[in-house]
Amino acid sequence: MNILVFVKTNPDLQMIRIKDRQPVMEAIPYKVGDLEKNAVEAAIQLRDAAGGGTITAVCLAEANRRAKETLKEVLAMGADEAVLVTEPALEVADQAAVALVLAKAAEKTGYDLLLFGEGSTDNYTGQVGPRVAEILGVPQIGYARKITGTEGGVQVERSMDEHIEVLEAPFPVAVTVVSEINEPRIPSLMNIMKAGKKPLAEYSLADLGLDATSVVAQKAILSNLAEEQDRKHIMFDGDPAAQAEAFVNALLKEGVLGR
Amino acid sequence: MAQILVYSEKPAAARELVFKAKELGAALGLGVVAAALGEGAAGTAAGLGEYGADRVYVSEDSAFAGLPVDVVAEALAQVARAAGAEYLLVSSTRRGKELAPRVAQKLGAACVTDVNSLTLEDGVLVAGRYALGGATVALEKLDTQTKVFAIMPKTFEIGAPTAGAGEVFAPALSLQPSAVKLVDRRPKEGESVNLDAAERIVGVGRGFGKREDVALGEQLAAALEAELACTKGLADFQWLPEERIIGLSGAKTKPDLYVAVGISGQIQHTVGVSSSKLIAAINTDKDAPIFQLADYGIVGDLYQVVPALVEKLKGL
Ligand SMILES: Cc1cc2nc3c(=O)[nH]c(=O)nc-3n(C[C@H](O)[C@H](O)[C@H](O)COP(=O)(O)OP(=O)(O)OC[C@H]3O[C@@H](n4cnc5c(N)ncnc54)[C@H](O)[C@@H]3O)c2cc1C
Repeated sequence: MNILVFVKTNPDLQMIRIKDRQPVMEAIPYKVGDLEKNAVEAAIQLRDAAGGGTITAVCLAEANRRAKETLKEVLAMGADEAVLVTEPALEVADQAAVALVLAKAAEKTGYDLLLFGEGSTDNYTGQVGPRVAEILGVPQIGYARKITGTEGGVQVERSMDEHIEVLEAPFPVAVTVVSEINEPRIPSLMNIMKAGKKPLAEYSLADLGLDATSVVAQKAILSNLAEEQDRKHIMFDGDPAAQAEAFVNALLKEGVLGR
Repeated sequence: MAQILVYSEKPAAARELVFKAKELGAALGLGVVAAALGEGAAGTAAGLGEYGADRVYVSEDSAFAGLPVDVVAEALAQVARAAGAEYLLVSSTRRGKELAPRVAQKLGAACVTDVNSLTLEDGVLVAGRYALGGATVALEKLDTQTKVFAIMPKTFEIGAPTAGAGEVFAPALSLQPSAVKLVDRRPKEGESVNLDAAERIVGVGRGFGKREDVALGEQLAAALEAELACTKGLADFQWLPEERIIGLSGAKTKPDLYVAVGISGQIQHTVGVSSSKLIAAINTDKDAPIFQLADYGIVGDLYQVVPALVEKLKGL
């Protein structure tokens, strides 16, 4: 069983400051996305339950996104191999371009199961998984909260808006996971050391039969501003009883209690 | 004449999108068509006509059983080509959000999901969606010939039906059954809570150490006559049902008062409360991001502060 897990390096959103309604992105640390970690954990559990198989983590390096560290972390969690696609032109890529590159990398690597987070932690468009599936012509199952291996395929329990659905599909199939599927493991020091020795292949666009013209963005972001917030920032000190009293008095004064 | 094509598996969402498409179509000089696919499609079609679709493409082909996304995407792409659709509006439900990019890929179209505003600026359709976990709102425009928009349900006001029945049309679709088989489908055992309309809300997060302790949050909610809500973090433990999640993947609320208890205040959560008139927070960590958004803050242990608050409120 060949499992490909697609991981993206996301900005640490807690570190983003807003200045004049603009997000300040300089010096923001990047890290493996939470949902990507869920996908990696799901892959490890599937492989281990099947008693064999290979997990390859695939990452596209955009700009300064520390993609190698991302892959190392995922290898330390338990992925077997990694594929990194680097190319300066990918800085401006939109979801369609990212999907094209990832699909080509998947073709080169080979796959039975393609695993994605249901969206990325930062922009959460949810487009890449379905687009990769379409390019490769494989069926897809979104929002998995449980994945079980079957003879030559998977059974997936998924969480829809108002329903739980149980679906079965033979390989090859693409699956996206939701956060409640598992608690991703934290790699041990030993596994972090071992991760450095696991195979990591690096491809350029040319290696995948693509060039800069195949990754031109077909959408534009006209503006990206924070909504305005004006808060009082009043803190109540003292022991819990004093804090409670001050708080309730403030609420009474605001007139938000009762009615 | 080029068309706006509307599809949603949810009839109410489809009617809302058709109604909006009619308004956009009038401004852009485009016609409006809709697709109704799968079991019960014929029944849905008439409503779509009344809300503004000139033509409704209807198919109850057996390949739609269980609404497999690959088959629905293929059908929608075939309808889009047959109709000469320049814009596709689908709903950003879970089904719609996995459908939209797949159809877009088939049509060589750019796509934007989770759209919560749609405006025309100089003849260009501009879509708004939350970005960076909800820290910002991105306004996007799509540059491809065909454009796919997945729009959050209840984004637009829907008016009274004005049009006639619309023409019902059975397209000749060429579909393969999906390799994905539906084995079971059951309603989520949820409950209905209306957080959107709540005037006061108490939100609980992972600061609660045990499932039983959430009762403390309930007591505070009762004392404030507030609805109880939670973070996704807490709901992922299944301590409260997901209907009570506030945030990017939950309810967007605008209460008079929001009290965040044991909640760190990560952006994916706070995006759902940032329109509150007043925000208060109780957290042991004085550096928790929630305090940056708070009008009133209490640095303290919820296990001490909440009982003190409940007592105080009961004494009023
Ligand atoms: C794509 C995506 C979508 C998401 N959508 C949502 C969403 O819609 N809604 C949502 O809520 N989350 C969402 N999340 C998750 C979000 O990023 C956070 O993980 C989550 O909101 C954190 O929940 P929390 O505040 O309960 O837990 P934590 O972040 O663990 O915070 C717990 C807090 O409790 C405090 N605390 C601990 N003990 C005590 C005590 N005794 N008394 C008082 N305080 C205490 C701690 O200091 C801490 O600040 C999403 C994530 C992703 C990636």
